[in-house]
Amino acid sequence: MEEYKGITGSEALIRALLAEDVDTIFGYPGGAIMPVFDKLYDFQQELRHILVRHEQGAVHAAQGYARACGRTGVVIVTSGPGATNVITGVADAMIDSTPLVVISGQVPANLLGTDAFQETDVVGITLPITKWSYQVRRPEDIAWAVARAFYIAGTGRPGPVVLDFTKTAQVGKIDFKYEKCSFIRSYTPIPTISEEKLNEAAELINKAKKPFMVYGQGVTLSHAEAELKAFLDKTGIPAAATLLGLSALPSDYKHYKGMLGMHGNIGPNVKTNECDVLIAIGMRFDDRVTGDVNKYARQAKIIHIDIDAAEIGKIIPVDVGILGDAKEVLTRLLPKVEQKEYNDWEDEFDKCAIVERARVIEYEVNPEKGDINMGEVIRCVSIVSHSDAIVVTDVGQNQMMGARYSTFAQTRSMITSGGLGTMGFGLPAAIGAKIACPERAVCFFSGDGGVQMSIQEFGTIMQEHCGVKIIILNNNWLGNVRQWQQMFFEERYSQTRMTNPDFMKISEAYGFKHRRVTRREDLKSAVVEMLADNDSPFVLEVCVIEDGMVFPMIPPGKGVTEIMLNAKEWF
Amino acid sequence: MEQETLFTVNVYSENQVGLLNQISIIFTRRNLNIWSLSVSASAIEGVHKFTIACRTTRRNIDAVVKQIEKRIDVLKAFYYTDDEIVYQEVALYKVQTDNILDSPDFEALIRRHNAQILEINRTFAVIQKTGQYSDTQMLYEDLNQYGVLQFARSGRVAITKSTIERVNQFLEMQERRELELNR
Ligand SMILES: Cc1ncc(C[n+]2csc(CCOP(=O)(O)OP(=O)(O)O)c2C)c(N)n1
Repeated sequence: MEEYKGITGSEALIRALLAEDVDTIFGYPGGAIMPVFDKLYDFQQELRHILVRHEQGAVHAAQGYARACGRTGVVIVTSGPGATNVITGVADAMIDSTPLVVISGQVPANLLGTDAFQETDVVGITLPITKWSYQVRRPEDIAWAVARAFYIAGTGRPGPVVLDFTKTAQVGKIDFKYEKCSFIRSYTPIPTISEEKLNEAAELINKAKKPFMVYGQGVTLSHAEAELKAFLDKTGIPAAATLLGLSALPSDYKHYKGMLGMHGNIGPNVKTNECDVLIAIGMRFDDRVTGDVNKYARQAKIIHIDIDAAEIGKIIPVDVGILGDAKEVLTRLLPKVEQKEYNDWEDEFDKCAIVERARVIEYEVNPEKGDINMGEVIRCVSIVSHSDAIVVTDVGQNQMMGARYSTFAQTRSMITSGGLGTMGFGLPAAIGAKIACPERAVCFFSGDGGVQMSIQEFGTIMQEHCGVKIIILNNNWLGNVRQWQQMFFEERYSQTRMTNPDFMKISEAYGFKHRRVTRREDLKSAVVEMLADNDSPFVLEVCVIEDGMVFPMIPPGKGVTEIMLNAKEWF
Repeated sequence: MEQETLFTVNVYSENQVGLLNQISIIFTRRNLNIWSLSVSASAIEGVHKFTIACRTTRRNIDAVVKQIEKRIDVLKAFYYTDDEIVYQEVALYKVQTDNILDSPDFEALIRRHNAQILEINRTFAVIQKTGQYSDTQMLYEDLNQYGVLQFARSGRVAITKSTIERVNQFLEMQERRELELNR
C-alpha cells in the first residue's frame, strides 16, 4: 500500500478502514471523536456513514449488517456516554459471535485517569465482553491496532473488538503505511484438525443406528452450508438447528427436522434423548437448547465439532471433540463416512412432527375464529415472500414465533439476538441487514414492547430511505413475560400490561406507509401490500390475541423430553 | 459433587497492559477464589508468566484454563496438580530483637526450619523461609512465641517435572507458521 506522509491520525484511521474494504459505517458523533467525523466529510464518496438515533442502534445495525452479508460491521461513536451506549450491543455480538470493530473516541492521552469530561474506562468496561479491546494512545499505533482489530474480529470464532481512540491519536500527525494483519503469535484462529479425531468420529458415525446432527451458527460463520448438506445427503442423517443455526439449511430440505430448544420442534428435542450418536457442529449447548443438562443425551455418544477449544466439553462431556473450522472438518469427514439411509429413524421424527402439527401448529397458524395469532402472521409473510426474505426478530414471543413459523430458502436469512436476548435489537439490526442486502426483502417481527426500545431508529430509516418492513405484533403486553407469569407465577401480571401509542400515527409522522390489521380476512392483502415495493419502509401493525402463548415449551429446568403442548397437556 | 483439588495454573502471555485483569475476571465470573498469584517476566524474552493457585474441581479448572488461553494476548495456559510440579513460596517474618536475644532455643529453631536471618538490628530481626505453605505456616506458629510483628508470604512459584517445555515448543511452532505465511 502507498505511504501517506504527514497525515493526521483521523485520516490514517479512515485510510485503514478503506484498506480493509469497509464501505459502510454506523455511528454517532460527539466531542471526543470530532476529528474523525471531520475527516469523514472528505470521504463521503468512499464511506457511507449511517447516522443512527442512539448508539445502541449503531451496534445492533452493524450486527444486522455483519450477519446478513458476513462482513465485519463497523461502528464509530464518541467517548463517555457514546461508548457506554454501545455496551449492550457489544455484549450481544460477543455471545452471538458477530464480527464487529467498534471505535470509540476517548479524551486526550494526558487526561486519561483524571475523570476528565466524558472520560470512561472503556477498555476496562469492555474487556469481559470483547474478543479484544485496546486503547490507541499514539497515532503511530493506528495501523497496527486497526489491522489487528479486523484480523481478530473476523477470523476464527468471530467477535467484537473495541478500539478506544484517544483524541491524541486522532489529531497527531504521522507517516502512514497500512498492512493487513495475518498473524498474531498468541492467537491461532483456525486450529489444525486432528486426523485421529476425524477417524474416531467417522467410526462412531458409520456404526451408528440412530445418528442425529445438531448444528448452530458455526456452520453459517464458516460458510459450510453446502458441506453440511453434502454430508447429510451422503450419510442420510437427520439434522436440527439451534435458533442461530436457522436458515443454514433450507426449511424444505429432506433431512432437516426443525429447531431445537425450549420452543423448538418436538422431534428434534425428543430424539436428542433417543439417538445413539449425537453430532454437534458449530453450536455451544446453550441452556435454552439443552434444558436440564443432567437429562440431556445421556444415552448417546457425543461428537462435538467447534472452532473454539473453550466450547468443547464446557457444558456436555464429549466422546470425540474435534477442534477445527466446520467447513474443513465436514470436507475431510465426508470421504470417511459411508453412504446410508435411516428411513425408519427419520420416520420417527416425522411422527413427532405429525403430532406437533395436529396439536400445536394447526391451532396457531390456521385458526378459524377468534383473534389473529402471531404464528399465522409469520406464516403468511413467509408464504407471500416465498421464504426468501431476511427475517429479523426482536425478543419475546414474536421471536419464538418468528423462528418457529418462518421458512427459509437461503442462508443468512434469520437475524435474531440469541445468547443475550436483547429487546430493542431487531429494528436497528433490520436496518443493518437491509443496508447490507438492499435487493432482499427484510421483514422485521417485533412485539409492541421491543419496538419501543429502539423506536427512535424510525428516524434512521427515514433519513436513509431504508426499505425495511416492520411488522408489529401488538398484543398490548410484554407477551413473553406475561406467558411466564401465567404459567409459573400464578397469573400475577406484574408490570407486563402496556398502554401503547398509536403506531399508525407514529408511522405517519415519519412518512412511512402503514396499515393496521385487526381482522383475519385482511391479513393477506396487507402483507401483499407491504411487500409490493421492496425499497420503501412499511409498518404493518397486526393486533393479535392478547393472551397468546408460545408452545410447545420445555419449562425451565426440565429435560428435553418434558414438553408442554399447551398450558395443561404434556407430550 | 466432583472433588476439589488445589491446582497451579501457569499462564504465559505477551507483555500487554491489562492482562492481569483479563485473567482474573475469568476466575471472578465463576466465583473462584484465587488462592495465590505471582506475576513476573519469564525466562523467554518479552513473555510474562502468571502462576495462579486455585482450589476447585478439575472440570472447572479445565474450562477456566481454556477460557484464559482464548484471550488474544495469552500464548499458552496449563494447569497442574501438586505432584506434577516443584513449587515454593517465600515468607518473611519480623520479630522484636529483645525477644529473641536471650532465648536459648531461638537459634536451634531457625536451624531446624532451615530459615535464614536476613537482617538484624537493635529493634527487630527479619527472618526468611522458603518452602511450601505448611512449612512457612509452621515456622510462623513456632516464631509466634517471640511475637511476630509482621508476616508476609508470597504467591507460589512453580516448575513442572515434565521433560518437555511446552511453551518453547509452542513458540517454535508459531515461528514456523509465521515463516510459512510470509513466504
Ligand atoms: C432489554 C431487555 N429487557 C428485558 C427483557 C426481558 N423480556 C424478555 S421477552 C420480554 C417481553 C417482550 O414483550 P414484547 O416486546 O411486547 O414482545 P412479545 O413477547 O409480546 O412478542 C421481556 C420484557 C429482555 N429480553 N431484554
